[in-house]
Amino acid sequence: MKSSCQWTTAVFGCCLSKNEQRVNTLSIFVVERKGKGKEKKEMKAKELYEKITWRKYVLLVLFAVTCMLMLIIDVSTGPAQLPISEVFLTIMSPNHSDLTTHVIVWVIRLPMALMAIVVGAALAIAGAEMQTILDNPLASPYTLGVSAAAGFGAALALVLGVGVIPYTETVLVPVNAFFFSTLTCLLILFISKIRGVSAETMVLAGIALLFLFHSLLALLEYLASEEELQAVVFWLFGSLLKATWPKLGVATSILLVTTPLLLKDAWKLTALRLGDEKAKSLGLNVERLRLKVFIRISVLTAAAVCFVGTIGFIGLVGPHIARMLVGEDHRFFLPLSAFAGAVLLSGSSIGSKLIVPGAIFPIGIVTSFIGVPFFLSLILLKRRGFW
Amino acid sequence: MWLEIDGLRFSYGSKPVLENIEMQASPGEITAVIGPNAAGKTTLLKCIARILKPDEGSIVLDGKEMNNFKKEEITKYVSYLPQETSANAVLTVFEAVLLGRLHSLSWRVGDDALTLVSEVLEDLEIEDLASKYLNELSGGQKQMVSIAQSLVREPKVLLMDEPTSSLDLQHQLEVLDLIRDVTVDREITTLIALHDLNLAARYADKIVVLHNGTVYASGKSAPVLTPEMVRHIYGVNATVYVDGDGIPQITPISSVRRKLRANKSNKESKRGDKNEKRKRVERKKNHG
Repeated sequence: MKSSCQWTTAVFGCCLSKNEQRVNTLSIFVVERKGKGKEKKEMKAKELYEKITWRKYVLLVLFAVTCMLMLIIDVSTGPAQLPISEVFLTIMSPNHSDLTTHVIVWVIRLPMALMAIVVGAALAIAGAEMQTILDNPLASPYTLGVSAAAGFGAALALVLGVGVIPYTETVLVPVNAFFFSTLTCLLILFISKIRGVSAETMVLAGIALLFLFHSLLALLEYLASEEELQAVVFWLFGSLLKATWPKLGVATSILLVTTPLLLKDAWKLTALRLGDEKAKSLGLNVERLRLKVFIRISVLTAAAVCFVGTIGFIGLVGPHIARMLVGEDHRFFLPLSAFAGAVLLSGSSIGSKLIVPGAIFPIGIVTSFIGVPFFLSLILLKRRGFW
Repeated sequence: MWLEIDGLRFSYGSKPVLENIEMQASPGEITAVIGPNAAGKTTLLKCIARILKPDEGSIVLDGKEMNNFKKEEITKYVSYLPQETSANAVLTVFEAVLLGRLHSLSWRVGDDALTLVSEVLEDLEIEDLASKYLNELSGGQKQMVSIAQSLVREPKVLLMDEPTSSLDLQHQLEVLDLIRDVTVDREITTLIALHDLNLAARYADKIVVLHNGTVYASGKSAPVLTPEMVRHIYGVNATVYVDGDGIPQITPISSVRRKLRANKSNKESKRGDKNEKRKRVERKKNHG
């Protein structure tokens, strides 16, 4: 026995023989499990969990409040500068102010400002989930050609339809944009179905389609007359100007339908971030989840893009800001992405009205001007890697 | 749970990986699955975890064929820890371990789950890491988190693929000690795919040797881990010394393949003399 003991010591640096060691650790195990009070343990676990989550709740509330503030500032900004208090009162009780203010707030600015919030949130959620299911930090509604397809659809309507079919601007353009972006998603789905729904297949199929639609768009631009070309380019810049209450209603209802569905799968989506292999071992049907989520975010993206044009960047940056702040527990990550996207687009909307007084600068351009410095400063200030 | 595998066959497309696998594993015991690269260890574990569907044969848990279990039941009973993957999730250790309870997580996390997580973290002595992010951890710490993740599920069948691959010597022993204690304590049927034969010898109650997708040998460590087995399966000359506890210690000496190459070059060049000498020395060592 003694010699064996020395053997173990020599080889493994332990001072007990196999059996003694086993008994010893076992008894510790038992003591730990039953000795300490269960309640005390529960308390400790809860404390630990709360330590991790409370900061996330605070950030969520903070962003929600910022979102509201942005909305009110956005409504009060414009050629006719309105005092914030006046705007607030007009929104709260529509009969409060005179007719001019009432019209400016309720008819012109509020739909635009709310559209900025809804589209910002939709694009950021879509981007966040694209990044999750494709396991790729560069993914956004733009990477997979969804927006390019929307652009092509809109351009097609503008070049071939304007003047021919009534209501082109208000109906045909968004419908066509929606149609082509969903078509792209269906194509990506079809290709992935054949080759197996892996992140790589989806990215490659999406990028191929992106190039296809870019060429088709270029072709249209080449064929278009000067006025048509101008309309196409302006649409591609992205603009909130065409926002109306009905359009806002459609976009909002799609956001309100898809988001709860995504949130329902929050834990599964979080598990997907551990890698396909791990997620499968946790009992997750990875391929099905990927398909399901892809369909939801496709509809969401199409709805966001078809009304306001291709507003870049939000879908990429919103989720990254959220990830840096709360990590990837999707119960927090998804809502915070939405808020971050909404705040960014709302901020851009305010900026677009301030740059050239009296005129509205295309918002797609402003988004990057405001977003890039903010994003870069986050990258530089953050110690920890975030992807 | 009693695990019985009979006539198991699996192939990736037309490439057969497992052929006529037959083995048993019992609760409260660690069964080590050993074999060289591409022997089918991972595939076997994945078949049991139902991540892969076998072509033929039966896997029976406590007398019930696995096909007859519901998917949720398998998720609940069987926990599979894949080989280390390079995930880059921005999650804290606590959240990552919590995901181990995916099958029963709801929007609001219950107190039971929280307690379980902190208990497992404590058992593995990584409770200090709880609020750290995964990407701040070392490879070994990540491995510990993965192990915590599979233990927190309170499985009846625990399948681990190379759980000690990126751990240092002390942690390898501590983790395997813990796995053994949990196995005995909670009556788990544990299957571990291992490369390290000495660890397998020390910790496994039973060893299954896979070779080219079939079971080459199985049983207690001493009769299975022989120099002949090591030479035939791994292509390595080794000495085996059985210590006072009856645990075999394997000391690898040289690759069989190198000798073959040496033989070949012997005929072709004069440098062969040197190799011949080395060979003679090695042969002496083997016999001594």
